[in-house]
Amino acid sequence: MTIHLSIVLFLPLAAGLLGAVLPRGLARWSVLAGSAGVLAYTVAMLIDFESGGGLQWVTDDEWISELGIRYQLGVDGLNLFMVVLTAVSWVPCTLVAAFTQQDRPKLFFFNLALGETAVLGAFMAQDLALFIVFFDLMLVPFYFMIGGWGSGDRVRATTKFVIYTLAGSLLMLAAAIALGVLATPSGGEISFSLADLEQRSVSEGTQQWIVLLFALAFFVKAPLFPLHGWVPETYRSSPIVTIALLSAVLSKVGVYGFLQIVMPIMPEGSQHWQELFIVLAVFSILYGSILAFSQDNVRLVVAYSSIAQLGFIVLGIFALDDKGAQGAVLQMVNHGIVVVALFLIIGVVAARAHGSESLAELGGTAFRAPVLATLFLIVALATLAMPGSANFMGEILILFGAFENKLVYGLVASVGVVLAAVYMIRVFQRLMHNRAGPAVESREIDGLNLAAIAPLVAVIIALGFYPHFIPDRTEEATIASIAPAKQVAETIAASDARERAARAEAAP
Amino acid sequence: MIDLLPFGADKVAAPVIDYKELSPLMATVGGSIVVLLVGLLRGRFVQTVAVPFLTAVSLLTAMGLVVWIWEPGDLEPIIEGALEADTLALGMSMLFFVGGLVCIALSLRADAPRQAGHGEYYSMLLGSITGMVVLAESSNLITLFVGLELLSIPLYVLCATELRRRTSLEAGLKYLVIGSVGSATLLYGLALIYGATGTMSFAGIAAALGGDELSSTDPLLLTGLALSTTGLAFKASVAPFHQWTPDVYQGAPTPITTFMAVATKAAAFAILLRLLDGALGLSQLEWGPALAALAAATIIIGNVGAIAQRSLKRLLAWSSVAQAGYLLAGVVVGSRLGLQATAFYLAVYLVMNVAAFAVVVARERGSEHGDDLASLENLGRLSPWLAGAMTIAMLSLAGFPATGGFIGKFYLIDASVSGDYAWLGILIVIGSVISLAYYLRVVATMWMGRVELEMPTVPGRRVKPVSGWSPEADLRAQPEVAAIALVFAALTILFGLWPDPLFEAARDMGTSITGLH
Repeated sequence: MTIHLSIVLFLPLAAGLLGAVLPRGLARWSVLAGSAGVLAYTVAMLIDFESGGGLQWVTDDEWISELGIRYQLGVDGLNLFMVVLTAVSWVPCTLVAAFTQQDRPKLFFFNLALGETAVLGAFMAQDLALFIVFFDLMLVPFYFMIGGWGSGDRVRATTKFVIYTLAGSLLMLAAAIALGVLATPSGGEISFSLADLEQRSVSEGTQQWIVLLFALAFFVKAPLFPLHGWVPETYRSSPIVTIALLSAVLSKVGVYGFLQIVMPIMPEGSQHWQELFIVLAVFSILYGSILAFSQDNVRLVVAYSSIAQLGFIVLGIFALDDKGAQGAVLQMVNHGIVVVALFLIIGVVAARAHGSESLAELGGTAFRAPVLATLFLIVALATLAMPGSANFMGEILILFGAFENKLVYGLVASVGVVLAAVYMIRVFQRLMHNRAGPAVESREIDGLNLAAIAPLVAVIIALGFYPHFIPDRTEEATIASIAPAKQVAETIAASDARERAARAEAAP
Repeated sequence: MIDLLPFGADKVAAPVIDYKELSPLMATVGGSIVVLLVGLLRGRFVQTVAVPFLTAVSLLTAMGLVVWIWEPGDLEPIIEGALEADTLALGMSMLFFVGGLVCIALSLRADAPRQAGHGEYYSMLLGSITGMVVLAESSNLITLFVGLELLSIPLYVLCATELRRRTSLEAGLKYLVIGSVGSATLLYGLALIYGATGTMSFAGIAAALGGDELSSTDPLLLTGLALSTTGLAFKASVAPFHQWTPDVYQGAPTPITTFMAVATKAAAFAILLRLLDGALGLSQLEWGPALAALAAATIIIGNVGAIAQRSLKRLLAWSSVAQAGYLLAGVVVGSRLGLQATAFYLAVYLVMNVAAFAVVVARERGSEHGDDLASLENLGRLSPWLAGAMTIAMLSLAGFPATGGFIGKFYLIDASVSGDYAWLGILIVIGSVISLAYYLRVVATMWMGRVELEMPTVPGRRVKPVSGWSPEADLRAQPEVAAIALVFAALTILFGLWPDPLFEAARDMGTSITGLH
């Protein structure tokens, strides 16, 4: 079977454009059909995917030859599950929005569709410039969705969000152009194709500042401490489906960029900043976890827990260890699915409390809603990485990786696992148990939300039973991605050891 | 007998004139005269239909002639030693003509031509365009100055054509005074360059620099260079010579502002490229760093200045200052890539600014807020197409992908990094980040309801509606303005997705200055 990635990429946008010309009421169904189509196509991709087969279903065309930008798409072990995660997340969110979003539906659903295309493009792009095009493009629909359909001080929130993210990604743009220009051998044609850039090399000093600018963009997006200033306002003001997607999928684009772009192309530069990035990651784990259990707004609990989770992922990547990196890839998928489910559940609960999302006002939702409580319990346990869940496997792999190379940081990070249990159980109790809040009506989950959330929970359970499904397909690509940087680190460690041995010999 | 002519009379010959290459210029000059004369006739039809129509015909003819004589690599002079129609000049001429056509369409229902007289208004517009073409085609210092004056003087008048509005007169006067200072500075600089090199022609200057007698650090030359760059910087609104820009842009009739923003900018950069990269290319090491400092200052000052603006015309004026800074980066590097990037960005800049200004014109006539930001409030619901056009223009100016602005900035950064000015590339990016603060505010005003501005300083100056506003004068009443907004917004997107035709033109233009690396 031939898979055409361009179809996956532009299907949502086509559906969005179609929705824009259809009568008002039909836009939502067009976009929903588009995202369902993408999901079906990605399932076909999963079946057709050849483990360890390198880059597959490559599309490679000239786009802007003058600038060396190619329209190059491809899927390998690194981004296969990112594409799947995008498809899996978008369908339930579109479904929920289709039944609840009434204000200016054409525009909203067009943005939703454009967002899916942009995210898929960023994941599938095999050309650095194309990646940046999509990376920046995905801000536009999210800017409009948060600013146009959010609540509270939404304009301020969305402006802050865009300025933060675009500041990072425009600097990355400058760094990427510099990388492309400086890597061009004299007399050669400029190229941004990832494969070409891997062959060409730039000096170590150049790599260092370029990696730093890339990291800035990716860390803002993730978000990681201390670049998370946009998080509280954005999470508070966004429509629930938007924030679910933002937290689940967009946050992964950045960390994915490390594996697909930064590590293979600039191994020396990545190794140079390893220590700093790990410190930031560990700090994010602790900072996020601690803030997560001091928040009153449920969304912010999830927001800060995401910061902690992304910290784990970055730790896994920069441990420069095979196990750690595999854990990171696994955790990227796990976290994405769990977060979508969490936010949709928050939406359901808030609907039972006249829109309140304050822990102080909620409670007792479980009394007449056993199904909702069960779904939430499964999701909550997965989030806190209960043994038996795929998240457990992901975090354990990450920690093993960290123990291998950076023992101290690994030990500190493992505190985060404990803290996760604290804040997730707190949220579960405050929402579901305790005395019912003043404005809370306990009501069973409705059919719509059940249809959206239950499949996600099913995926979580399935992954819990068979977590190897993911590493089996991603292993080879992940190991290959970190191999150059790992080799640099090993060389340095070996020469350090030799030096130490020599010094020990020299000493009397 | 005293020999009056040093080489003997028989050796003096009239310069060779290539009338084919001269034809676009003849079209605009002829058009200008015809329009002026036809404007003398009485009658509503003649005034409001025939005159603009003839103006447009003249410009369209000139555009057709440009296409006819377009030949990359052809450096044949039009008038020996004075004018040269290479592809750079012709490509820039196209921009002036497009700017002129847009100005005609936006002026159709404006007050300015009615108050100043249709014939005079359109004739001066063509006169100014003629000046721009002469400037872009000039190949020696004298024609440079003649072109600059020919472009400026009609513009001074055009700025003041809304005779019954004080701010319009103020704008005209301010532009006249400051423009004259700029011209004087330029003239002084040109004289010094002539003094240093002993020649008026650009080719001669380049040859003198290439020779042994003149060092590229010659103080006379450098002073001349600095003064003439300053003079041109006034026209291009490069900081710190930009102060007139917000006032004049705001005061001038909006169609004229549009024309000034896109065409004058292109003309100023055309001659900057020709003078610096062409004639003085060999001393790039001397003027490069200084010009880079100017570019850096322009980017920061322009973007910071725009943040606090409530008037859309002032906002776009400051934004045009910032964009001049980006454009200057392409001149600074003094390379073929830089020239192409500047030419490319000028075209994109025209497209996105025209879209923005057309929406401003439409709202000035369609709301009681004039050009205040409030005139855009809730435009997303009232008139989504106009709001869409404005949104695309703003996102493109800010450099979002899938718009021409993104590709243009990409090209400029590419040129900066290749020319060893990586820091300037990063500064372009930082400028874009600052610019988000105001571009996004415009977008938010249109789509996200009322935006409260947090500005502790003076409340924004309210400007009275520039054109006679009436509640009936809504979008349907001015289809040409809406059409321009939509067409140019669509072009902005088109150039973001498929920029190849523009790249090809830019590559052709790159061939016109020899000796670039």
